[in-house]
Amino acid sequence: MRAHPASAQGYGRFWVGLLPWAWMLFFFVLPFALIVNVSLSTPDLAVPPYVSPFAGTTADGAPAFRPDPASYARLGDELAALATPGADRPYLAAYANSVLLAALTTLCCLLLGYPFAYRLARAPEVMRNTLLMLVMLPFWTSFLLRVYAWMGLLDSSETGLINQALLGLGVVAEPLPLLYNTGAVLVGMVYSYLPFMVLPLYANLVKLDLRLLEAARDLGARPATVFLRVTLPLSLRGIVAGSMLVFIPAVGEFVIPDLLGGGSVMTIGRSIWDDFGPNQDWPMAAAVAVVMVVMLIAPIVLLHRHGRRAGRGA
Amino acid sequence: MSGGWGGRAWVLGVYAFLYVPILCLIVFSFTAGEITTRLDGLSLRWYAALARDVELHAAVLLSLRVGALAATAAVVVGTAAAVILVRAGDYPGSRFFLGMMSAPMVMPEVVVGLSLVLLFTHPALAILGGRGVAAIWVAHTTLCTAYVAVLVASRLREMDRALEEAALDLGCPPLKVFFVITVPVIAPALAAGWLLAFTLSMDDFVLAAMLSDPGSTTLPVLVFARLHHGLKPEINALATVIVVVVSIAVLLANRLLLGPPRAAAQPSAARGG
Repeated sequence: MRAHPASAQGYGRFWVGLLPWAWMLFFFVLPFALIVNVSLSTPDLAVPPYVSPFAGTTADGAPAFRPDPASYARLGDELAALATPGADRPYLAAYANSVLLAALTTLCCLLLGYPFAYRLARAPEVMRNTLLMLVMLPFWTSFLLRVYAWMGLLDSSETGLINQALLGLGVVAEPLPLLYNTGAVLVGMVYSYLPFMVLPLYANLVKLDLRLLEAARDLGARPATVFLRVTLPLSLRGIVAGSMLVFIPAVGEFVIPDLLGGGSVMTIGRSIWDDFGPNQDWPMAAAVAVVMVVMLIAPIVLLHRHGRRAGRGA
Repeated sequence: MSGGWGGRAWVLGVYAFLYVPILCLIVFSFTAGEITTRLDGLSLRWYAALARDVELHAAVLLSLRVGALAATAAVVVGTAAAVILVRAGDYPGSRFFLGMMSAPMVMPEVVVGLSLVLLFTHPALAILGGRGVAAIWVAHTTLCTAYVAVLVASRLREMDRALEEAALDLGCPPLKVFFVITVPVIAPALAAGWLLAFTLSMDDFVLAAMLSDPGSTTLPVLVFARLHHGLKPEINALATVIVVVVSIAVLLANRLLLGPPRAAAQPSAARGG
């Protein structure tokens, strides 16, 4: 294919590839292996606060591997206690809350973002860049301060901005308890993650071939039918991409549940944070993290497999 | 086209949803009172407080430093990764490399943070120096490398390879071809990648908080601590400054990176609608 010697290029590629391979293996893959290792460790009052399963030796002095499954056992016990009503299941509750919140966030972002991205993709071409930049601009400003803005809007006292407006209009007599509940967290999450849904949807919808829609209409399809049978299937890739960009980070979100949920909304992100920080139970934090990652990756791998098989079949 | 007035109202509604909270922050930064959601007279007292806040200045400087260093490192590592992603084709491990390069973008931050804490506090790796500024820099570089790699890879894919091949055929050594031909062509992606990495680093709270020691309080770590200690309009003033600075920077970057060539390349006849 090329005139220049392939071997020289091969050498060059080896050296170019060395840097990213080494960096990511050492600072991303190895740390993840450490999480798995620590999740099988015993908590301890030491620095760092765990005893590695590789710490002990056998009788004849050879290194031994003695994993401590206690952290996973706690998750298993909670699962086993599902049948018992009223049992305390803090970790399972955190998982359920997180997945539910992330799913609702994804759904709201999709419902809000799809018509928005569709209109944006049909806007005059000269305006599209500006309109898109306006979506991205809040994303470039501080994330924490945008969450803080919602603390002021939703504040449950009479000085909260929405409460001020409602009291002023006479809609309510007492300030509503808007902050520190699941609804507040959901609003904050939708607000923060909306651009991640809009961008892939826009990128997909802007490439939509309008002649297909015209053809469907000319053949007598009603607008709803055109949307359901032409537009929607064609934009499925954008929907999947946007949903993944929102759902996966949303499951592990820590800051928004902490600031807008107060003490009431426990999520996996907060549970990992608490076990890592105040509780100093690193093995438990690691085990919870491992289970979350497996939970997130398994459906993606399955979807990928399925997609490839379907692709081959077609 | 579809929607008409309804569609237009929807677009305006979403923009209002995005911007009203930010506008509220800005308005109440000018209050003379102590409450963050009521205008008790107008004043610039909270901007004066911002100007005197030594602790905050130190945090801003640290964040700028970490951001610049992380962005620079991420552009170097990310560009190398992009070259491998686009040019190396299929080799044993190429799929694993793709997965490894894109995983940090979707992996929940608490997991990445926890994993790096375990690395930096590992007894066998004391040579890394434990938690602190260097650890935060590594964490941000790792996260941002993924974003830079995606940006640069898409630019490399669009690039006309004939330029590089011509130079190689004329006997130019590959490394020189890269710096003299490839880098200028992908320069806009490198600049955009650097800016994206810089903002991601400046904005990151979770990684910085997990990896910080008492001597390494970045701006988000400080802001988060203050949000837990009680709200003051000084934070509104800070937000206003950030919004103004970021808006100007984004406008400039847009003008520099996208403006002239795009405007010239799009004939005005091509109007959708």
